[in-house]
Amino acid sequence: MKYGVNDQGYYGDFGGAYIPEMLYPNIEELRQQYLDIIKDADFRAEFELLLRDYVGRPSPLYYAKRYSERYGANIFFKREDLNHTGSHKINNAIGQILLAIRLGKKRIIAETGAGQHGVATATVCALKGIECVVYMGEVDMERQAPNVARMKMLGAKVVPATSGSKTLKDATNEAMRDWINNPVDTHYIIGSVVGPYPYPEMVAQFQSIISFETKKQLLEKTGSELPQYVLACVGGGSNAMGMFYHFLDDESVKLVAVEAAGQGVNTGHSAATTYLGREGVLHGSRTILMQTDDGQVVEPYSISAGLDYPGIGPQHAHLYKIKRAEYANATDEEALQAGLLCCQLEGIIPAIETAHALAHLEKMKFKPTDNVVICISGRGDKDLSTYIKHFGF
Amino acid sequence: MNRLNKLFNSNKERLLSIYFTAGYPALNATVAIAEALEKAGVDFLEIGFPYSDPVADGPTIQHSSEVALQNGMNLNRLFEELKDIRQRVSIPILLMGYVNPMVQYGVESFCKKAAEVGVDGVIVPDLPMYEYEKLYAPAFKDNGLSNIFLVTPQTSADRIRKIDGLSSSFIYLLSSSSITGKNLEVSFAIEDYYKRIQSMQLHNPAIIGFGINNQQTFDKACEYAKGAIVGSAFVKFLGSENYLEKIPEFVRTIRA
Repeated sequence: MKYGVNDQGYYGDFGGAYIPEMLYPNIEELRQQYLDIIKDADFRAEFELLLRDYVGRPSPLYYAKRYSERYGANIFFKREDLNHTGSHKINNAIGQILLAIRLGKKRIIAETGAGQHGVATATVCALKGIECVVYMGEVDMERQAPNVARMKMLGAKVVPATSGSKTLKDATNEAMRDWINNPVDTHYIIGSVVGPYPYPEMVAQFQSIISFETKKQLLEKTGSELPQYVLACVGGGSNAMGMFYHFLDDESVKLVAVEAAGQGVNTGHSAATTYLGREGVLHGSRTILMQTDDGQVVEPYSISAGLDYPGIGPQHAHLYKIKRAEYANATDEEALQAGLLCCQLEGIIPAIETAHALAHLEKMKFKPTDNVVICISGRGDKDLSTYIKHFGF
Repeated sequence: MNRLNKLFNSNKERLLSIYFTAGYPALNATVAIAEALEKAGVDFLEIGFPYSDPVADGPTIQHSSEVALQNGMNLNRLFEELKDIRQRVSIPILLMGYVNPMVQYGVESFCKKAAEVGVDGVIVPDLPMYEYEKLYAPAFKDNGLSNIFLVTPQTSADRIRKIDGLSSSFIYLLSSSSITGKNLEVSFAIEDYYKRIQSMQLHNPAIIGFGINNQQTFDKACEYAKGAIVGSAFVKFLGSENYLEKIPEFVRTIRA
């Protein structure tokens, strides 16, 4: 693949494995084994069976009629919100738990922002009877309380990250520290296309099912497997990478990623990484991140816990730099309004993360013949209290 | 030959190194602490430059980094504080920190500046060998700086040989795979690992770090290595009153 990773784990200038020696054996074990494992017929069979019967895949590609009327194009929703556990995160969690078992690991750790990845990980650990510890920023535990309860019900231990901004970045730090301390028996299920190589590639491959299915579904519905536009929200960027993956080499398809602008890109309360960030190293890979002139990581802000992250995956950094994809952003307010619009026009309550992608439709111009796919990465049940508070229902 | 090579080429055994975070507990404390440590008999120093997201560090060094950043410590400031350190401190000095602040400063400028103020080597836990060799090795070499690599109980023999080949003063042997500041339990497994390294007869001497916080752990490390490094225990100590006066006392609790 033209936009894929090279042998050293780089996407152009980005990627690599900037990790302390303590993590080297774990990362090396993964690097050497993950491709063989995920290509193995037995793995494929179990992965595909679980995606079908447990997750409920393929997720539908829904023609959103009222959205299409409003925006003057054919708008399709890729319904990852209908997956078991309510988001795309389960695709990767299933893939990685099967991988971890084949690596002989006995304990799973994960970080989570909105809690969707934590819930997905807790779910697959329950499914396989494996110990699960989820690190979550203290601030996120408050704003995503229902997901904390869900993880606990599923048997996971939820450990608050109390350092720094007490959000996703800090939860990731804590998970990495746990892994350093438990290098032999533990597998770290990273939830996004971030981290040291091979994580960004591995997670992208597990999430690539999204675009794989979309192509087939589009062919059925429109007579062509290629749309004019593909949209997705980006925090670390896993749903976007899954949604872009099989379209990357189809240069006619315009890829649009929407970051969280928070209160506005220039307010100092934002998580619009490509707009505000510079090249550097974060969580094990060379990428684009929000940082001070001295190279200290800036604490991001977004109303959406899942997008409240100061970096993006290295492949996104590459796609941004070479302009293969466009990186836009939407504010808290725009996202909340777009979320409400989606409820009222289509009867779908989207996750606030997803609502950022929907918000960008307002700023786009389409031809009536354009086919547009938006990844509805998650459902909004977890965000009800935020919506209710904002709109005063 | 820099000061570090001279020290490691000498017959001196039971070397003691101390780590502390620049800017903690206060700005402008770096040189005074370094001077007091040299006077107390410490053999070489590791001065940490703080980073917002120190993933290899436990709560003690995390806290010191946070305070240091709040105090306004950064690389410019640190080099400013170290400007005249060689008039007051003669033991080898290493800088230790994470790669991102270094990359933002510019690795070449960083190495040049470090050499200028009299730094002898650098420890960057999250700078991988591949990237070091490919991108940064010339900058280190041109400025006479040693790059120190870490080895853990899980590091393979092949990789240890490779690290030995790239190292030019000592190898930093981690007592266990852990973040900093954990208590070290001296166990048979650890002794086996130390013996395994010893039997490899590497070109570079080993210094043991992580979990060294008292006389017992220091002595044990010195049975198998040329010396040991104390980090978190000293950083914790720096949180106490009148720490400068009490530094000799602290050093005696480690190496009697």
